[in-house]
Amino acid sequence: MSNFKINVRESSTVNVLDLKGYLDAHTAPELEKAFQNLLEEKKYKIVVNCRELTYISSAGLGVFMAYIEDVRKNHGDIKLSNMSPKVFNVFDLLGFPLLYDITKDEADAIQKFTSAKK
Amino acid sequence: MKTKHLHILSETEKLDLVRHFIHEAARRFGFDEESASKIMLAVDEACTNVIKHSYENAPTKGIDIDIVTNEKRFEIVITHEGKPFDPDSIKTPDMKKYLSQFRRGGLGIHLMRSLMDKVEYRTSRDRRSEVHLVKFLPTNSDH
Repeated sequence: MSNFKINVRESSTVNVLDLKGYLDAHTAPELEKAFQNLLEEKKYKIVVNCRELTYISSAGLGVFMAYIEDVRKNHGDIKLSNMSPKVFNVFDLLGFPLLYDITKDEADAIQKFTSAKK
Repeated sequence: MKTKHLHILSETEKLDLVRHFIHEAARRFGFDEESASKIMLAVDEACTNVIKHSYENAPTKGIDIDIVTNEKRFEIVITHEGKPFDPDSIKTPDMKKYLSQFRRGGLGIHLMRSLMDKVEYRTSRDRRSEVHLVKFLPTNSDH
């Protein structure tokens, strides 16, 4: 049984991935699949809501790195929101806030997509 | 000196078990929740590297995880029979440059070094490869 779950909320504008549980080397392929599905449908405006993400290791962080380039080439972005301090610390240790847009709330991330035509 | 031992097969599915084992031992030893979580993540990274790189995802190999404690020293020794790791081959990356070039992998080593007080790679007497991760309990004057 997997201790990681992804809920996908698709819309015509911004697509939200809700992550829940433990994102490690075992569960990272599930997140890769979710990104692949969105990219196949040419959905490039993606918000990853980390509210229920309990844990992340570098295998999980690597997934974001794998898709950001493709997404930005297509005028989209991967924005991350609602991180617990514990999860944020891991992103911060690796300098991710320099390159990724990390917002407090999902609504802030969505608004950035809808207000700025990036 | 006290020791605890866990043996796992080289499958990423077992990482959950490893994390529970390490987290519980670190808390019992006296680390606070934040430090116990950091140690747990470092050991996850070390085991992930063994599974993915030393054993190249072969699922039936063995990994031994030993915790050796002595006074304020909490050491985890991860022993395996896969390809040895050359620590000199990995330099601490310039993260901004690294991220801007969207490179994958290699982040685990950097995390381990950031999270632990000491990370060492050795070869055991029976020629098995070992990863040593050490964290010291803070002394009262550190608070």
